[in-house]
Amino acid sequence: MTQLALVIDLNVCVGCHACVTSCKEWNTSGPAGPMSDSDPYGADPSGTFFNRVQTFEVGTFPNTQTVHFPKSCLHCEEPPCVPVCPTGASYKRKQDGIVLVDYDKCIGCEYCSWACPYGARELDAKQKVMKKCTLCVDRIYSDTLPEADRKPACVMACPTSARLFGDVHDPESIVSRTIRENAGYALMPEWGTQPANHYLPRRKTTMKIHEDELMRADNPLKIDGKLPKPSKQQPTLDDSTSW
Amino acid sequence: MKPPFSVIFLTTLIGIGQGLFLALYTGQLYAYFDLLPAHDSRSFYAAGSIIALLFLGAGLFASFFHLGHPERAWRSAAMWRTSWLSREVIVLPAFMGMVFLYGLAHWFNWHITVIEIAGGRKVDITLILGALGTILAFALFLCTGMIYACLRFLQEWHTPLTPINFTLLGGASGFLLASIFSAFAAPNSMSFYAGWAIALTLLALLSRSASLLRNKRIKPKSTLSTAIGIKHPHIVQISQGSMGGSFNTRAFFHGMSAQFMRAIKPGFILLTFVLPLIILSIGLFTPKLLIAAFITQYIGLLAERWFFFAEANHPQNLYYQKIA
Repeated sequence: MTQLALVIDLNVCVGCHACVTSCKEWNTSGPAGPMSDSDPYGADPSGTFFNRVQTFEVGTFPNTQTVHFPKSCLHCEEPPCVPVCPTGASYKRKQDGIVLVDYDKCIGCEYCSWACPYGARELDAKQKVMKKCTLCVDRIYSDTLPEADRKPACVMACPTSARLFGDVHDPESIVSRTIRENAGYALMPEWGTQPANHYLPRRKTTMKIHEDELMRADNPLKIDGKLPKPSKQQPTLDDSTSW
Repeated sequence: MKPPFSVIFLTTLIGIGQGLFLALYTGQLYAYFDLLPAHDSRSFYAAGSIIALLFLGAGLFASFFHLGHPERAWRSAAMWRTSWLSREVIVLPAFMGMVFLYGLAHWFNWHITVIEIAGGRKVDITLILGALGTILAFALFLCTGMIYACLRFLQEWHTPLTPINFTLLGGASGFLLASIFSAFAAPNSMSFYAGWAIALTLLALLSRSASLLRNKRIKPKSTLSTAIGIKHPHIVQISQGSMGGSFNTRAFFHGMSAQFMRAIKPGFILLTFVLPLIILSIGLFTPKLLIAAFITQYIGLLAERWFFFAEANHPQNLYYQKIA
């Protein structure tokens, strides 16, 4: 069984919103119709997005960290939004585990959005149907795009490669290996939704240096006692012994 | 959650319709066992069924305003195996159909004997239809309640008290309406229905208070820490990713002040339970006071249902705390 998913590295994300804009650009231009905006340049803009980058501050001043947090549908393995849908418009694909909405069947009752603890679903204000991340299902299986481009638009756009795309059920895929090796985790594990998307934690780069690494333990100068200091004008064997 | 008015009207109006039907059938059962004087088939049961159908129809009509695509509403019967909403969509028309048949059988006096039980009593078709309608009425209360109770991360709703409250509140308002109706159609049964209305209102007060107490003590399972997966007690949102609002900021926040929330709770308890109980017991069963009690209780029920939605704290709100 395949379960396509994203892995988002919070250690690398710089919060540039390139994934947000490329997602909107690709998905608003597709055959499924626009992701409508209202008053986009006015005082109270609003619109439909599949992906948003949020920013959180962790800790108290002065020990704070700014965390940029891209949020989209997590394509849960146990999606709570699917069984509640009265029409079957909300479904999870058997072949690749992508959770999708059939816009032609959706009656816009909003019940699935109540059933999603992550707030990943947004009702389009103009089309009146529920919308959410499709993992760019129209890109990844496209015959017309070059093979290298058959990835979600957000993954293609990320300048720091904070977003990885692959099959989390294949233990040797890039996403599975990254989750395994870099402590990838799921959001809100308390609800048992088993999100397919994973996040990689912030990591502090630290080096462990022992004292004997700072000072050469086998320094011949230490072993044999101090040599007489040569005068500054005297020619030397190397730079270090001249001073 | 943002209380949707279409759903507030749907749940309160069909609750009255269900309760009224249950009241009619309770009356018929009492009369059947000679505990109440018999009522006229046409002017009492059939007319009462019409009133119940009016309330059920009004609720159904209100529900369409909740949908983005009401013209596709027929599709919502498809997923009854998994979705309580789908089950409600099936049970509501089935119940309305049964109330219609029950009313029809009474209107045309179809007292055809189906079976005979011990003591030579004859069970006629209206009793059978009424029993089926009663099962459907309770099934509908269960479906309506479970739509909310099945959402496990809306902790305020995820309790057996939710369908119990829907049942008792619907029953109380329906029996109260039945007492008004009987004041005109069968005055000698008025006190019977008013008595039931008092009992059900008291029971509803008990179970609704239980859910209020329970919800007061809820500790949210989700925190910002589990929401973004960073283990730290001090996390604040700086930006929710957009400069304006979105569906997520509109549909999940009630947008009222803390004072309003504090005021509406005693408000609906007063209007739904206390005042109707006082009016019912003071002016014991004078029609005018019954109407006053019913209107007071319905306004209270609207506030109660509003609070039911507003009180539920959706975990997605953790992600939408600050616009910047």
